[in-house]
Amino acid sequence: MATLRVNPTRMELTRIKRRLVTAKRGHKLLKDKRDALVRRFIALVRENAALRRRVEESLPQALRRFALASAVMEGTALEGALLYPARKAEVFIGTKNILSVRVPTVSLNEEGLGDTVRPYGYAETSVELDEAISTMADLLPDLLKLAEVEKSCNLLADEIEKTRRRVNALEYVMIPQFEETIRVISMKLDENERSSVVRLMKVKEMISQEAEQ
Amino acid sequence: MSKKSSKIGVIGSSDAVLAFRTLGMVVRPVRSPQQAMLAVHRLVQEGVPLIFVTEDIAKDLSETFAQYASDPTVTLIPLPGVHGSDGLGMQRVRKNVEKAVGADILFNDTED
Repeated sequence: MATLRVNPTRMELTRIKRRLVTAKRGHKLLKDKRDALVRRFIALVRENAALRRRVEESLPQALRRFALASAVMEGTALEGALLYPARKAEVFIGTKNILSVRVPTVSLNEEGLGDTVRPYGYAETSVELDEAISTMADLLPDLLKLAEVEKSCNLLADEIEKTRRRVNALEYVMIPQFEETIRVISMKLDENERSSVVRLMKVKEMISQEAEQ
Repeated sequence: MSKKSSKIGVIGSSDAVLAFRTLGMVVRPVRSPQQAMLAVHRLVQEGVPLIFVTEDIAKDLSETFAQYASDPTVTLIPLPGVHGSDGLGMQRVRKNVEKAVGADILFNDTED
């Protein structure tokens, strides 16, 4: 492991020791964050998969029913019947904070919902169309929930990846580098100290020899 | 009401999107991926935060999806069309799991 390029002085040593402590604390915190994120993510993604399965099963059915209904009706009559929708599907988009990841929340604006989902009278339209439209309307809450959960999963997955990279960088690069640098500096300092002790001993010896002569 | 209520957008082939219009969503029927891309950008500019795209169109729009992936204010969601799902939506879920956990742990234990 490459060491940092610093002067082997006592000042650098204390500085790097302090950085090592910070890095270790940051590493622990990020690791905790990662674990918590993964736990939340797994719960969320399970919900996501279940919702998706449900929507993928029922939505094509509803759409197919709608296609059938439009096939039995005359084109212009259908157009006329559906020209102006009876409901306004509007949503409130808020944000929620999951471990400092901002995720959207989607809730249906109930005000826009009329009493009926059908924008027409019963006279000129087929039963199939009525049914198709009401199944579509039943699906709406699921669709919104799916959107919210899937987007959250997406954002969480990004954040988890980022956090994991940071954790790994600290664990396998920064911290070993600091430790190695500390080792090298303290070895150098020790060596200097030993050599000065030896020098002193030598000098003392020389002085005492001179005194004897 | 302090919160602003916003519309829902749907982009897809014209036979699929008509059904969504009955729900009161903002519908943009498109024929080509280019049209769809433009439609997405235009809807986002109009302030539509939630856009559903049918899978047959969404499969050519991966760039657009990636562009808005990290934006928490815009949500793009692929939905199955009339012909059922071609697995694109599930694939996205699976990719998320792989990205986050490093392995596909979810689908192994639920589908076996």
